[in-house]
Amino acid sequence: MAEAMPLLELAGVHTHIGRYHILHGVDLAVPEGRVSVLLGRNGAGKTTSLRTIIGLWRASHGAIRFAGAEITGHATPDIARLGIAYVPENMGVFTTLTVAENFRLADWRGDPQPARLDAVMAAFPVLAQKWQARAGTLSGGQKQMLAIGRAIATEHRLLIIDEPSKGLAPVMVAQLTEALASLKRARTTILLVEQNFAMAQALGDHVAVMEDGRIVYRGEMAALAADIALQTRLLGLSLASHQ
Amino acid sequence: MRLLSHDHPGHWLLAALLAALLLALAFAPFLLPGTKALAVAARILIFIVLAASYDLLLGYTGIVSFAQTSFFGLGAYGVAIALSGGGGWLALILGAAAGIAVSVALALAMALLSLRVRAIFFSMITLALARFTQVLASEWRGLTGGEDGLTFSVPRLIAPGFHPFVAPVLGLRISGPVIAYYLIFAVTLASFLVLLRIVNSPFGRVLQAIRENPFRAEALGYQTIFHRALASALAAGFAALAGAMMAMQLRYTNPDTTLSFSLMIDILLMVVIGGMGTLYGAAIGATVMVLAQYYLQPGLAALAAAARGIVLAPALLDPGRWLLWLGLIFVLVVTFFPAGIAGSLRARANASARPPIA
Repeated sequence: MAEAMPLLELAGVHTHIGRYHILHGVDLAVPEGRVSVLLGRNGAGKTTSLRTIIGLWRASHGAIRFAGAEITGHATPDIARLGIAYVPENMGVFTTLTVAENFRLADWRGDPQPARLDAVMAAFPVLAQKWQARAGTLSGGQKQMLAIGRAIATEHRLLIIDEPSKGLAPVMVAQLTEALASLKRARTTILLVEQNFAMAQALGDHVAVMEDGRIVYRGEMAALAADIALQTRLLGLSLASHQ
Repeated sequence: MRLLSHDHPGHWLLAALLAALLLALAFAPFLLPGTKALAVAARILIFIVLAASYDLLLGYTGIVSFAQTSFFGLGAYGVAIALSGGGGWLALILGAAAGIAVSVALALAMALLSLRVRAIFFSMITLALARFTQVLASEWRGLTGGEDGLTFSVPRLIAPGFHPFVAPVLGLRISGPVIAYYLIFAVTLASFLVLLRIVNSPFGRVLQAIRENPFRAEALGYQTIFHRALASALAAGFAALAGAMMAMQLRYTNPDTTLSFSLMIDILLMVVIGGMGTLYGAAIGATVMVLAQYYLQPGLAALAAAARGIVLAPALLDPGRWLLWLGLIFVLVVTFFPAGIAGSLRARANASARPPIA
């Protein structure tokens, strides 16, 4: 890693959910201004890792540091207020509220800045058309755009996105990839969990692969993308099969 | 529309119902002279505040509480205890203020202690508080008069014997209870508009977000415990205000009129029949329930008398069976208006409206 100090760092993080031991010492570094992708099979512990970072699950051992400060065991709102936006895999929009109301909730300090909202609307024009519609009436892709749009409607230091492409039509995935690519060009720090390898490859700078609650591989995305044998070994798939 | 905090009723029928309700309540003493009609109209007003306060909690925040009657009772007993020692407006206002203050403090303490844990524990604690206040009111005879309750006189201006004008005004002889009614009307209208303002404020938006998914709200940086506690405190304060008005209007209070569990069920039904999370629904639900409680029995008696010749009809329409008919009305409302009257009408209006373009 070229960066001196990562923006987010997990060191030996263990998480128990009830009597199940899910994370077995996760070590992960998310460098500032880059896109880090977390890959792995279903049940490997990717979502649990993200939830542990945001404080929805409490780490039983290990340390989580954000911008140099320890956040292990902090309450979720306190962690969010440090500048971490979390987009959960089930899209995380408030379905009974309108699109406008969802955006007004984006910032706990008050309404988001109009200039930023304009930028979001430019990236996702469909949201402007649905401004007064209840979020529950949106399609899956539109909900995902709303969830990501809401996360970027206010300034955050780190964007955590869990499987944005899940259940979406290919055309939607392409649109989302483009929107996230523009965030990447603006040097937004992103931690992305993604099963769609094509999307992960298009966006990721760094990659970490999880298995059974541990990180089993970390490196540059380009290196993993070029090594089909490694992909097959780590992910049980090859890039070719997803293109 | 600014008065309504830009929260339009949504459906023409709902708007018409609400306008009719407002007009009827505003002119009730003139339209329906008589002590009973005035008492029913006042009760509707008081229950609009009580049901709306409960809707803030249940409908907007998703908190299930059984202690709304406790706060209602605290407000009523505040006024009753203050006035049973004599005294005028100052005692009335201080009694109401004390009832509201104790309710708000109690709700805050309860929320901060128990809302941190699972919602079900909070519900259990509210159940315990409801029972506790009930027992306290019936056992602490020295202060509350026990099961008999407290009877007291109200300030002269709103007392039954007071008549400010010799001649009738618009055909009605203005009396203390009529003045009390308009005082209750003004407080109810103001409370309802304030509650509308609260639910349509940024704070109200966060409450709705919490209702739908507290974790998502927390992940956006909202301290949900603070919002929930504040919602509980506001709901308790308005419930206590309603209780104070109830005591002022009845000129007595006892555990049955303000603290009983069946009253809590009534409030729950009012909010469900009217439509949770709409506030307007609380007004409609309170009106339907109070009218049913007072006029279903005499209505059935009249129907039974009219249907004397028809087989089985008099037995079915026996006034003693009014609870059966109330239950039937409730089943019909839930079947045809699954989101309550206001909620279902709004949903229909939303479904038929074309998606607006920003």
